[in-house]
Amino acid sequence: MTMPVVAARSLTKRFGAFVAVDGIDFEIAPGEAFGFLGPNGAGKTSTMRMIGCVSPRTSGELRVLGLDPAESGADIRGRIGVVPQEDNLDTELTVWDNLMIYGRYFDLPRADIRERAAELLEFVQLSDRRDSKVDPLSGGMKRRLTIARSLINRPEALLLDEPTTGLDPQARHLLWDRLYQLKRSGVTLVLTTHYMDEAEQLCDRLVIMDNAKIVAEGPPRKLIADSVTREVVEVRLPLDADTAFEAARLKRFGDRTEPLADRVLVYTDDGDATMHAAVDEGFGADSMFVRRASLEDVFLILTGRTLED
Amino acid sequence: MSTPPVVRVVEREALVYARLWRGLAFSTFVQPALYLAAMGLGLGGLVKAHTGSVAGLSYLDFIAPGLLCASATQLAAGESMWPVLGGVKWMRQFHGVVATPIGPGELYSGFVLWTAIRSMLGAIAFLVVAAILGAVPSAWGILAVPAAGLCSAAFCAVLAAYSIRLDSDLSFPMIMRLGILPLFLFSGTFFPINQLPSGLRPFAALSPLWHGVELARAATTGQFHAGAIATHIAVLVGCIAVGAYFGVRNFAWRLSS
Repeated sequence: MTMPVVAARSLTKRFGAFVAVDGIDFEIAPGEAFGFLGPNGAGKTSTMRMIGCVSPRTSGELRVLGLDPAESGADIRGRIGVVPQEDNLDTELTVWDNLMIYGRYFDLPRADIRERAAELLEFVQLSDRRDSKVDPLSGGMKRRLTIARSLINRPEALLLDEPTTGLDPQARHLLWDRLYQLKRSGVTLVLTTHYMDEAEQLCDRLVIMDNAKIVAEGPPRKLIADSVTREVVEVRLPLDADTAFEAARLKRFGDRTEPLADRVLVYTDDGDATMHAAVDEGFGADSMFVRRASLEDVFLILTGRTLED
Repeated sequence: MSTPPVVRVVEREALVYARLWRGLAFSTFVQPALYLAAMGLGLGGLVKAHTGSVAGLSYLDFIAPGLLCASATQLAAGESMWPVLGGVKWMRQFHGVVATPIGPGELYSGFVLWTAIRSMLGAIAFLVVAAILGAVPSAWGILAVPAAGLCSAAFCAVLAAYSIRLDSDLSFPMIMRLGILPLFLFSGTFFPINQLPSGLRPFAALSPLWHGVELARAATTGQFHAGAIATHIAVLVGCIAVGAYFGVRNFAWRLSS
C-alpha cells in the first residue's frame, strides 16, 4: 500500500473561541488531484495552511508526506509547493529575480535554479516576460508566475488555494490547462475552490466543506450521481413571485424542488419530459431550461445554501 | 553545503537592494554627508569661535560619530515599520517566505541582520567622507562601523517585533515624531548630554542611540574607557536580545494566524 501524501484524522483548528476546522478526516493519495470545495469561510484555507505547515493544528492528527508538521515543518515545506490565495510576489523585482530568490529560499544551487526557472517560464508561457517587472503583469500572468515559483523545488505535492479566483475566463482556462499538465506529470494537486466547475474539471476526488466540517466526499461524478438526479430544470420566475409556493406547485413534475431567490430548481431524471409536462399544464414562468446536475446542486441539497452566497 | 536560512533571507534583501539602490542612495549616503558638512563645518566654526571645543573635541569631531549613529537609527526605524507591515499585510511577501523551509523566526533574524548590514554600508560611506573632512582623528575609527550596526540592529530588533503585530500604519508617524526624532536630537548626537537639564540626563542615558553614539565616538576619537565600552555594548546587545525574544514569537504568531 502506498503512503498517502496527506492524511488527517479529527483535524481541528481553533482561533480563540472560533472553530475554523472542526475535526475533519481525509486522505490524499499520491498523484491524485484532490479538492476542497465549499463557500468562503468554510475552513478550506485554514486546512490548507495546516497542510502547508505554516499554521499549527489545534488538535487531531495530520501527516504530510508521512511526516508530522509539528515536528518536521521545514522538511515538509521543502518538498511541497504552495500557491496562495493572494499573490505575494516581489512586485518591484523582475519575473526572473522572483524565481531566483524563491529558489534560494529552498537552498537550491543558483545554476540549478537558472535551469529550472527557464523551464518553468516556458511551461507557464512567460518566457518573453522574464526581464519585466512583476507589477505591470496581468492578474493571470501573476498567477502563472506564482505557479512557476511554487514548482521551483520540484515539489511532490502542490497546494493551490483558490487558484483562479478573480481571473477572467480565458486566463482560468489557460491555468486549468497548465494544472492538468502537471497532474499528468504525476504531481499531487491539492486545491481549494468555491467554483464547482473548477472542482469538476480538475479534481479526481473532493470533499465538500461547510461550517468547518466535511459534509460529503467522493469523485465529482459520483457525488452528483449519489445525491442528485441526473438533470435539473431551472424555472425562472418573475421578481414578485413566491418561489416557495411555486416550488410546491412544481413538485409533482419532478423528484424534488429547491426554491431559490428568483427561480426554482426541479430535480428529475428526464429534464425534457418534466419541462414539457409543466409547459403543457400551462405553468407560467419567465423561462425554463434543462441542465445536467452539478456539484452546486450537491452542495445545495446537503446544506440548503448555494456555494457563492 | 547548505546555507543557513538567515543568510538566505539576507540574500533576498541584498538582491532587492542591489536592484533598487540608486533610489535609496541619497538618503543613505548623501544626506548624512551633507549634514556633516553643514553642521560640522558651518556650525562647528561658530562653536570654535565661542567656546573652542565640545567635550574636549572640535565640534566636527564631536558630531561625526553622532550623525553616523543617528543615520543608522533613522534607517533602522524606517526599515522596521512600513516594510514590515508591507511584508505581512500589503505586499505579503513574508507569507511567501514562510511557505518555504525558512521559518518565521529566521525571517525575522535575517531581516534584522540585513538592516544592520545596510546601516554598516552607509556607515562606511559616511566614515570615508568624514575622514576626508578630517573628522576621524583615530585609526580605531573603523570600529564605528560595527557600532553603527549594533545601534541599527537594536532599533530594528525592537521595532520590527512591534510592527509585525499591527493592522495599520497609523502609529508609525507618531513613533517617528515622538520617539525617533527626540532620540535623534537628544542622545548626545549634536551636544553632550550633560547640557541637558539634570532631570533629563538619566533618560538620555536610557537611549540606545546614546550608547551607540558613545561607542562610535570612542572609536573615531580613540578615547575610551574599557568599562564604559562594555556597558554600551551590553545595553545594545540587551536591546537586541529583548527585541529578538518578542520578534521571533510575534513573527511566528502573525504569520501562522
